[in-house]
Amino acid sequence: MPSENHYPNRLGIRGWLFGGNFGFERYLYALHRLTGLGILAYFLLHIVVTSSRALGPEAWRSAMGMVEGPLFKVGEYLVFAAFAFHGLNGIRLILLELGIAVGRPIEPVYPYRTSVHVQRPLAVVVMLLAAAVAVLGGFNLFG
Amino acid sequence: MRDQKLWTVHILAGAGVAFLLGLHMIIMHLDRYLGIFNPAGGKPIEWGNVAARSGSAWFTAGYILLLGAALFHGLYGLRNILFELSPPAGLKKAINVLFWLGGLGLFALGTWAAVAGCLTARAL
Repeated sequence: MPSENHYPNRLGIRGWLFGGNFGFERYLYALHRLTGLGILAYFLLHIVVTSSRALGPEAWRSAMGMVEGPLFKVGEYLVFAAFAFHGLNGIRLILLELGIAVGRPIEPVYPYRTSVHVQRPLAVVVMLLAAAVAVLGGFNLFG
Repeated sequence: MRDQKLWTVHILAGAGVAFLLGLHMIIMHLDRYLGIFNPAGGKPIEWGNVAARSGSAWFTAGYILLLGAALFHGLYGLRNILFELSPPAGLKKAINVLFWLGGLGLFALGTWAAVAGCLTARAL
């Protein structure tokens, strides 16, 4: 959440991509951003292209004719796979935000234990689900 | 406080998008397996299928809801990413104005398309 009182972002864009010692979830965070940006770029164009349906069947077929071909098909699949990841990972993030699947609070006794290990199974399950949906979508489009 | 409220709306919009866009993706990209809401058969983008969905009041309402939720979720997400790069105050203001105007413009276009598409599909 942005705040007026935050520290300056010294790493900039590099800071988004390099997970360092933060582990698997940190890379999911980077991928969540990347897929979000891709989906947004596609979505803004999608609004304009699909608006042609308001003008009737000829306008619709003409608009669809402009976005067919192998390059668009691959792009369409990438958007589908990005959505599978972004949507399912987003549901995981909402669950974590609500305090679900993070474990019970424990005493901070040395050696300290982080809640990341409690969260990890959810992340793994969500990634497996996203991969399964992406594969299904691939068979649907290219099969 | 304002950003806290906007963040909550961002999360709620995300949940709405996950449901509505999930349904859209199932209809459009898993049609071979599930084949739902494609009454004319063939590809989901064929006019017969598009007209059948566009002519439904439920789909029209769903499209408008999805449009609003996705525009807010996407543009607010991009705004957060840009603000993390610590732009100067003037640029922040410009980003806010640009995103509000762009978002409202696209919402107006998409809403017109959903309503006019519904009327066109019913008239044909």
